[in-house]
Amino acid sequence: MALTQPMASSGAQQLELPENVVVSRLDELANWCRKNSLWPMPFATACCGIELMATGAAKHDLARFGAEVFRFSPRQCDLMIVAGRVVMKMLPVLQRIWQQMHEPKWCISMGACASTGGVFDTYAVVQGIDRFIPVDMYVPGCPPRPEQLIQAIIDLQDKIQREGTITGREFNTRQRQDRKRALVESPLPLTLDASRNPNIQRQLSGSVTTARP
Amino acid sequence: MNSFSDAPSDSATTCPHLVALEQAFGSLESSLFRGQQRVVVPAANSFAALGLLKDRGFDLLVDVSCVDYLEYRGAKHRYGLVYLLASTTSPDRLTVRVFADDPEPTVASVVPLWEAANWLEREVWDLFGIHFTGHPDLRRLVMPEAFTAHPLRKDYPLQGRGERHNFPVITRDHS
Amino acid sequence: MSIAPAEFDAPPERRSEDYLWTLNFGPQHPATHTTLRLVLKLEGERVVDAMPEMGYLHSGFEKIGEHLTFNQYVTVTDRMNYISPMANNVAWHHAVEKLLGIELTPRCTFIRTIIAELARISDHLLCNGAVGLDTGAFTFFLYAFYQREVIYDIFETLCGARFTNSYTRVGGVSQDMTPLVIEKIRSFLKTFPKTLDDMERLLNRNRIFVDRTKGVGVLTKAEAINRGATGPVARASGVTRDLRRDEPYLAYADLDFQVCCASAGDCYARYLVRMQEMRESLKIVEQALEKLPGGPINVGIDQRTALPTKKQVYSTIEGTISHFELSMSNRGFEVPCEESYAAIEAPNGELGFYIVGDGEDAAYRARCRPPSVLHFAMFPHLIRGHTLSDIVAVLGSLNIIAAELDR
Repeated sequence: MALTQPMASSGAQQLELPENVVVSRLDELANWCRKNSLWPMPFATACCGIELMATGAAKHDLARFGAEVFRFSPRQCDLMIVAGRVVMKMLPVLQRIWQQMHEPKWCISMGACASTGGVFDTYAVVQGIDRFIPVDMYVPGCPPRPEQLIQAIIDLQDKIQREGTITGREFNTRQRQDRKRALVESPLPLTLDASRNPNIQRQLSGSVTTARP
Repeated sequence: MNSFSDAPSDSATTCPHLVALEQAFGSLESSLFRGQQRVVVPAANSFAALGLLKDRGFDLLVDVSCVDYLEYRGAKHRYGLVYLLASTTSPDRLTVRVFADDPEPTVASVVPLWEAANWLEREVWDLFGIHFTGHPDLRRLVMPEAFTAHPLRKDYPLQGRGERHNFPVITRDHS
Repeated sequence: MSIAPAEFDAPPERRSEDYLWTLNFGPQHPATHTTLRLVLKLEGERVVDAMPEMGYLHSGFEKIGEHLTFNQYVTVTDRMNYISPMANNVAWHHAVEKLLGIELTPRCTFIRTIIAELARISDHLLCNGAVGLDTGAFTFFLYAFYQREVIYDIFETLCGARFTNSYTRVGGVSQDMTPLVIEKIRSFLKTFPKTLDDMERLLNRNRIFVDRTKGVGVLTKAEAINRGATGPVARASGVTRDLRRDEPYLAYADLDFQVCCASAGDCYARYLVRMQEMRESLKIVEQALEKLPGGPINVGIDQRTALPTKKQVYSTIEGTISHFELSMSNRGFEVPCEESYAAIEAPNGELGFYIVGDGEDAAYRARCRPPSVLHFAMFPHLIRGHTLSDIVAVLGSLNIIAAELDR
């Protein structure tokens, strides 16, 4: 290779590289690969799912942004798009699918219902999936227009490029944030299975309140 | 009758199906509102009355639903079931009302007459807690099996009682 | 799988039980489209029994209906059958107006008829497109979805929202049809039949598609009636019931159209009925545009339900009073303490609302009669004896929409 010759002559001299060689940091290279090959997993439950289909269909064509390979198996995906409201019966399924996805993985919460519960402030609807799984990008709208979803994917690509590390250190910082935001509203009379939720159990047994002086 | 008492009931004799029902089960309360014929059948006779109506040509069960009259002005009963009947051969429609009360609101199931009633009755059981005797598979339909309340009852709050927040939280280190 | 010779001598019911296996299908699966779940009992590839389960999208629509006013609730009905929101808007306010006893203006009935039929076209496009997608015809799906985008564009021009429209109001609609909208609909009427021809040429005699749908999931006429099927599913089984013809509402009495029926009752018949209904809907829209009368879109001030126009508010005392009263939280409409049921022929079947009024301007109970529940309930009956790969064809042809199913 041509690389070896100038190296020997002088330390201060600029490297002379042939035109088809690019020098980069490994992190950035890995991120560049990751951001341009996002494979979404459409967790489409309701109306937003139809707009998700519209985003992938002919007119808006998500393929232009390198994220059109929808795979329905969580094992093959690295981007979960939660499109639509998630209700009590569905949440365990959502969590299980999220856990089945391999790292590195990201999550887009598409639409008002997935992000906050939207107009459905009712007994059955989870008021924002970010209470129970980590979310990277929120898309407002009810449902968001396909352009908005495309923008969210572009933003996510930007985020991956800027923050991503090959060892996954960016997830460590987010992990600290998530602990703070983990939310259980009230230890009201619980009719579901309380034993599954360690937070509630702790509150119910009084260990949280009594431990403080 | 809960709400129909103001409505005129003079039309009862014009509908031949009502005449047949009254011949079989005695005098029944009935009313007409915006061209919609309604009749109240006592819970004890509901299955027989609906069977009679099916034989008289109401072959399509459009809907089985329920209303909780807990906060309704002047209501005499807690639950009012609504059977909407229609026919595929004639334009007739008929609304049959059956009332039930706490505790243990119970009505006879009409699944032997119409298979369509199967899931509709399960939904009423799930959301209102009305028990249908003779139903082949009376399980919850839309709420999780572990759920204990009947959410469409008027004494259940819109936002629920905190069940929707009762799940484990998955953070990045769990996943 | 090996079967010991002794097994063949065992009584058949015991023998078959030993070799059944259970497969969980859904609630997150590409072929279920939305959130349905099936627990299948299989013998090899053959489905012995299926146990459908729903509720994975139950969001308490009927409970919200007791807390939102009649005009507010229309936004929630958008999200009910979300592949044809306009039809739900029309159904909801059709039922509300029956309870309140409101007679619509002629222009409003025609506008609602037009948008309901456009919604039917977009619904059938997605349903048939999805059947094509599931049976391997991806091009067909792209054709269908592109035409949906054209209809989205019409709706966006009409009311500002492309997807969740919330277009109707008690006693009228939110926006009048502008000449631009009419022009767009006319151009859609010109171009769509050609696409429909193309789509029919793609699938109607496509050997793979016909083999996968013909004779699959047969629903007889008697079963269709007994199990409460309505809409295209019932009509494909020979039940000639169509509320547009049998109980004419809106402007359907003035329009000339055919009720599309088939007798086979299989997935292919349901596909054909939907394709044919799109042609009939085009005819209806064309006639309705021809006959579209002028005049106001909302009922008059004297009915005290629709908000008066700005001109009326600022220039007449009646308009000012009416606007003031309708905006007050304690005045609003006059709702009778009565109960009524009204239904329309939605793309999926009979979509009706049973509304109980108690004098407030929100319903005391807003029961929705969803066609999807009854169609999904008959699924085990349709699939028994077929193979695993037929499930997607049957599910697709029933057009089950989870948000309408669970509410």
